Amino acid sequence: MAIIEVKNLVKKFGNFTALGGVNLDVNPGEIYGFIGPNGAGKTTTIRILLGILKATSGQATIFGLDAWKDAVEIHKRVAYVPGEVNLWPNLTGGEVIDLFVKLRRTNNNKRRREELIERFDLDPSKKCRTYSKGNRQKVALIAAFASDADLYILDEPTPGLDPLMERVFHEYVLEAKQEGKSIFLSSHILSEVERLCDKVSIIRNGKIIESGSLEELRHLTRTSVVLQTKEPIDDLDKLKGVHNVEKKDNSLYFHVDSEQLDQVMKYISQYGIVKLEVAPPTLEELFMRHYKGDGGEL
Amino acid sequence: MGFILRRDRMRMSIWVISIVIFTVLIASILPDLYATGADRQLMAETMKNPAITVMIGPGYGLDNYTDGAMMAHFMLLFSALATGIMGILFATRHTREDEEEGRIEMIRSLPVGPLSPLTASFLYIAIVNIVISLAVAFGLYPLGLEDMDLNGCLLYGASLGVIGIFFAALAGLFAQLTSNTRATIGYSFGFLILAYIVRGIGDVENEALSLISPLGLILRTQVFVNNYWWPVLLTLGISMVIFAVSLYLNSIRDLGAGFIPTRPGKRNASRFLLSPLGLSLRLQRTTIISWTVGMFILGLSYGSILGDLEGFLDTSGIIQQMIPQAEGLSLTERFMTMLMTILSILGTMPPIMFILKLNSEEKKNRTEALLSKAISRNQVLGSYTLIAVLAVPLMQLISIIGLWSAAVVVMDDAISFNTFFKAGFAHIPAMWIMVGLAILLIGYLPEHTNLAWLYLGYAFFVVYLGDMLQLPDWLNKLSPFGHIPQVPIEEINMAKSLLLILVAVVLIIVGFIGNNKRDIHG
Repeated sequence: MAIIEVKNLVKKFGNFTALGGVNLDVNPGEIYGFIGPNGAGKTTTIRILLGILKATSGQATIFGLDAWKDAVEIHKRVAYVPGEVNLWPNLTGGEVIDLFVKLRRTNNNKRRREELIERFDLDPSKKCRTYSKGNRQKVALIAAFASDADLYILDEPTPGLDPLMERVFHEYVLEAKQEGKSIFLSSHILSEVERLCDKVSIIRNGKIIESGSLEELRHLTRTSVVLQTKEPIDDLDKLKGVHNVEKKDNSLYFHVDSEQLDQVMKYISQYGIVKLEVAPPTLEELFMRHYKGDGGEL
Repeated sequence: MGFILRRDRMRMSIWVISIVIFTVLIASILPDLYATGADRQLMAETMKNPAITVMIGPGYGLDNYTDGAMMAHFMLLFSALATGIMGILFATRHTREDEEEGRIEMIRSLPVGPLSPLTASFLYIAIVNIVISLAVAFGLYPLGLEDMDLNGCLLYGASLGVIGIFFAALAGLFAQLTSNTRATIGYSFGFLILAYIVRGIGDVENEALSLISPLGLILRTQVFVNNYWWPVLLTLGISMVIFAVSLYLNSIRDLGAGFIPTRPGKRNASRFLLSPLGLSLRLQRTTIISWTVGMFILGLSYGSILGDLEGFLDTSGIIQQMIPQAEGLSLTERFMTMLMTILSILGTMPPIMFILKLNSEEKKNRTEALLSKAISRNQVLGSYTLIAVLAVPLMQLISIIGLWSAAVVVMDDAISFNTFFKAGFAHIPAMWIMVGLAILLIGYLPEHTNLAWLYLGYAFFVVYLGDMLQLPDWLNKLSPFGHIPQVPIEEINMAKSLLLILVAVVLIIVGFIGNNKRDIHG
């Protein structure tokens, strides 16, 4: 049974349609990446999942329970880290962490709390108003990982963190996955998504435009090639599956549809390969193409 | 500076217009209130009561209590307080608050000097106060009241303006010393209140003491009586010095820091904090305490008026009109009913603030942090509701105690505690209705919670001026306070009280329902 199930989720604010029918499934033990440009509807989807917003139509369930009606029950097993962490200026970091853990009704593991505070390098005795943005994020992250949740919903959790802290964060995410927990991660940092996630959904203008495992998605994109041959090739751009051919210095730069790679390789090797560089498609390329609106041949 | 002007246009206009209109309005009705010289002289006699002096300052020209002298006596101190408050709020906004919000950082990264934001803010506030001074002066002068010549009017306006400048400079100084907005405002208002109290004591006991306080100093202008300008100039000079010190401190410190360090806090949360109710209480701790103290002082100050009321009220025709008629009860007792209603309306302010705190928390995205945990919306709203509902009888009790304490001291034949108690507690259902209304607004119109304040203001207006302006009775009935029996003139009607409480409960329940159905702002 899927941990999170979203079916035809629609959300309208007056005349504005923020979500126009979103579908996604997150399975147990999965790290699910949710990416899209600003204003695409990522945060709206998350807030509906948390029962903060009410869907106009469609269904959103977590653990098989309705996200709106059974919010309190669901939240006992969920840890949420928001995109922008707003804390109470007069309370200290330590007080906020204790408060959050207590309100989640999960077990209070003191040892783990101390361990997290140390690894994230946070001073819990300082008042929240003195914290930088990154430190505020750490408070929320610590509070999330200190609770023993089954599902972690993380909305762009790393932008304020330095690379060292980012690494610590990744470790805890992978550790959670090993314990069989599920993670729903919304992020702008594509390298992070590539490194951590099993499945990815891309949302744009309130609709999911791409969804699947990274393997599946890669299969549908293009490979970058840099080529130098003994004899010049003239009709490369006329080959099926070859795009964006550019000639710089003595080399040819082009993209090949993954399905046509074999044919293209056979063709160019006739000309005597001197230099060949092949790069796998990155999520970035996949992503940028969708942003530019080039639906392409996907 | 044009930048600052644009941002504050609305707020500034409201403050300036309110102060000017209020001043001119009171001045214009004074001649009607006290028509003859004899009326005014009687008033002058009452004004010699030390309790009054503590509250509104020493009366000058009491031998010949002209309109002008009376106007200055009544209005100057409180108007000065208003400009002082305005000065503090605006100055804080443009110095410490801007810094906190990172706005100054942005401006500083542009090719402007480090002193520019501070100087620009100060110039801006100075100009606003000059505008107020002139507007007040030229609003008063045309009224042509006795003794209110051009010199006097200008002095009156200048006195107000210069106090505004002084407290703005002071707030600017605190902004350099502290490291956050709350502390700046806290210290500034603390100084303001201290200045008021010191002046109060000084005016009665020891003149020199009063001179130390800027508020006391400004009253020495003796506007419309002797018209001395030197206190104005002196205050202005002191303000300049304070401003210079602020400039210096600003140039040597780091942006974002202050000279008074913040105290470190606790590593772990106390058990008390660990619940929605604990959190709400902790967040509002200071507000709750301040208001409790404030209500006590308010009761105290209102009670002190009750002393010489008998003689005074007998002659003043207008006041007679404001108070309801009744057999067998002294004028004081009848006046008390009106006083009690006003005190109750004022006492409704804290509970409404406690409830609307939830609204401001939501706007700052902190409510969603709570709701994403295992707490229901009912629990969150419920914790704030509990505080507000309990605050109502608490505030009433405190102000009644204050009222009674002062009355016992100043009155020969004091009204009994029991009477005060009944009168005060009779108002509780109306106060709960106001709380219920605020909850209803949170549930259905969270963007417009200010409507609660508007309604409360309406209730206040109707009570205060209703009888005097001969307003029809149904206008009074529109406010929940219009349905409260005026003890001791009327008896408490249990059935009616229960009905009002029922209305409050219904409002609260409907509010909760609405809160459960809506989207939470984020």
